[in-house]
Amino acid sequence: MPAVEVNHIVKSYADKAVVNDLSFSVAQGEIFGLIGPNGAGKTTTIRVMMDIIKPDSGDMTILGEKLSEASKNKLGYMPEERGLYRKLSVIDSIIYLASLKGMDRHSAEEKADELLNQTGMLANKRKKIEELSRGMGQIIQFIVTIIHDPELVILDEPFGGLDPVNIELLKRMFLDLRNQGKAVILSTHQMNQVEELCDRILMINNGNTVLYGNLTEIKSRYRSHSVILDFEGELAQIQGVTFKRTHKGYVELVLDGNTTPKQVLERLVSTGIVINRFEVATPSLNEIFLEVVGKNYG
Amino acid sequence: MDKALLIFRHEFLHTIKRTGFIILTLALPVLALLGIGVFHIISGVARPPVEVTRIGYVDEVVGFDQFTTQGNITFVRFDTREAATQALLKKNITEYFVIPPDFISTGIIKRYIIQKEVTPPPATTIAIKNYLSSNLLVGKVPASTIDRIEAPLNLVTITLTSTGAVAPQQGGFANFIIPGVFSLLLMFALIFSSIYVLQSLSEEKENRLMEILLSSVSTRQLLTGKVLGLGAAGLAQIIIWVISFPLLLKLASSSIGGFISTIQLPANFLALGVVYFILGYSVFAVLSASVAAISPTVQEAQGYSSIYTLFAIAPFWCFSLLLLFPNNPVWIVFSIFPFTAPVLVMLRLGLTGVPVWQLAVSITALVLCIIGGLLLASKLLRTYILMYGKRPNLGEIIRNLRSG
Repeated sequence: MPAVEVNHIVKSYADKAVVNDLSFSVAQGEIFGLIGPNGAGKTTTIRVMMDIIKPDSGDMTILGEKLSEASKNKLGYMPEERGLYRKLSVIDSIIYLASLKGMDRHSAEEKADELLNQTGMLANKRKKIEELSRGMGQIIQFIVTIIHDPELVILDEPFGGLDPVNIELLKRMFLDLRNQGKAVILSTHQMNQVEELCDRILMINNGNTVLYGNLTEIKSRYRSHSVILDFEGELAQIQGVTFKRTHKGYVELVLDGNTTPKQVLERLVSTGIVINRFEVATPSLNEIFLEVVGKNYG
Repeated sequence: MDKALLIFRHEFLHTIKRTGFIILTLALPVLALLGIGVFHIISGVARPPVEVTRIGYVDEVVGFDQFTTQGNITFVRFDTREAATQALLKKNITEYFVIPPDFISTGIIKRYIIQKEVTPPPATTIAIKNYLSSNLLVGKVPASTIDRIEAPLNLVTITLTSTGAVAPQQGGFANFIIPGVFSLLLMFALIFSSIYVLQSLSEEKENRLMEILLSSVSTRQLLTGKVLGLGAAGLAQIIIWVISFPLLLKLASSSIGGFISTIQLPANFLALGVVYFILGYSVFAVLSASVAAISPTVQEAQGYSSIYTLFAIAPFWCFSLLLLFPNNPVWIVFSIFPFTAPVLVMLRLGLTGVPVWQLAVSITALVLCIIGGLLLASKLLRTYILMYGKRPNLGEIIRNLRSG
């Protein structure tokens, strides 16, 4: 049973389709990247999934059923625009929001202590939210998102405003969630994070699907048929290499259509140069993003 | 526990802990107790002996020599104006007056004082008038007639019921005091309670909490929990006042007496007070929820709310007209208009009898307005609560409401 199954959803505002016939699924135990430029329709898609706004057409199932008040308790959602009760203490905010997810006070406080301790925030338990820094507030927001042990976690730009230490902390916690069999949907602009964390992605632009599938497969689809070489010595002309592009610390060798990377490696070894690094060049997700979105921009 | 109930509990507890709420709730009973206490302290201290005021007079007509004691004022006769002036300067008398020879034909009395004043003290004027009248009439009419001339009228009004029996509630200020004070407090309670709804929703919208809440609860649960929670806090405030009224009245009546002991509560006043608070609060609360939904900031929402909360204050603006003509058709219309009805009906209950049909129509109008307001607020919340920093225009709102 997929954690999320979205079929042909359409949502328009003032006759402009913000989400246009979007379909995708998210499996349990995977981190799924929902990416796209500003205004692509990511947040609207998430809000439709969360039943915060109704789609004009299309349907979806969350954890195998239509979203209901009961199934909302199995979801954890951290929106891009974050907020907490500024005048309430950290613990009171967590307990109240956890109670709206079906937790009783005792369990919520116990779990809150555990998560506050895990994130190094236990000393701030009694502080008012308004006394915390933005990054600290964001950690509390993440605790609120996962305290009720949701089966599906949706995170909209979770890294914004965090320092590198806290980014690493959150990333470890995301991977823990995946290892526990939870489905995690990660919507972000930070392609390096998507590349590092996500198993599959959906890239949307102007409300339309532009890329969807396994991240490794997508990257291999956009492979430029070239190899990366870091070497010592004099590099001679190699048969099958049509172009040589020099970068800082390495060169990129672009191959012709009939030559494989293995053949090139054999030819390089035969020239007697010292090879420190040899790998098939694959574009970064950022490059793919710029290429795909750039084509459709404007 | 139902999620609406969780929101209800959160809002109720959060509100009753607010300093402003606690001060407003306790202000009435505490001030009344303080007043009673102050009265006892003052009355417990030995009262200073009543001072007799000595006022001089010069009788140039001759014959005004009786009735020289009028209450606390004693009139002291002087033969000449000079003698009276000397006595005044030496402060043997506080003032003096002259009855000139032509007084009978002109009525002029000349009064001499040493400190400026805007107008003669009423007690002095009455004492001189009675002294002159009594001296003019003595021996010509019986003493009882003189008394009637001095105090010709003691108007006693008796209100009858439709059957001609003496009504149990006789009206007057004794009947108006509590409804008047209650209306004022009701006005504050309605305004503050609806402001709490407005602030609560606007803050959650402005603080971006709304999206988190709506990922856990529906707009219906959110609206129900919030409106009922904040309303319950307001109702608790009203109930504390309503319970404290008879208790304080009893305490004040037994310990102070006088006019206080004549104060009465109009029939069904307490029950109607609670009913009109619940209905009035609901009307203002659903309107506040709608305003919070479309306003991008708390400040802007409060600006809009000042327009409709003026209706709660409006009956007090026209209070003098209401006092004179409590059954004018204009007040009947505004007793039915949902935004003015709660405070106006409470005021009119203290001033006159409000017929049952008017109460029934007024309550029906309030209920219909609440139902319509709830539908409107739900739609607006669903449509606009996640639109940050953007203010929809009226045409857009109407279009969205029509399209559902």
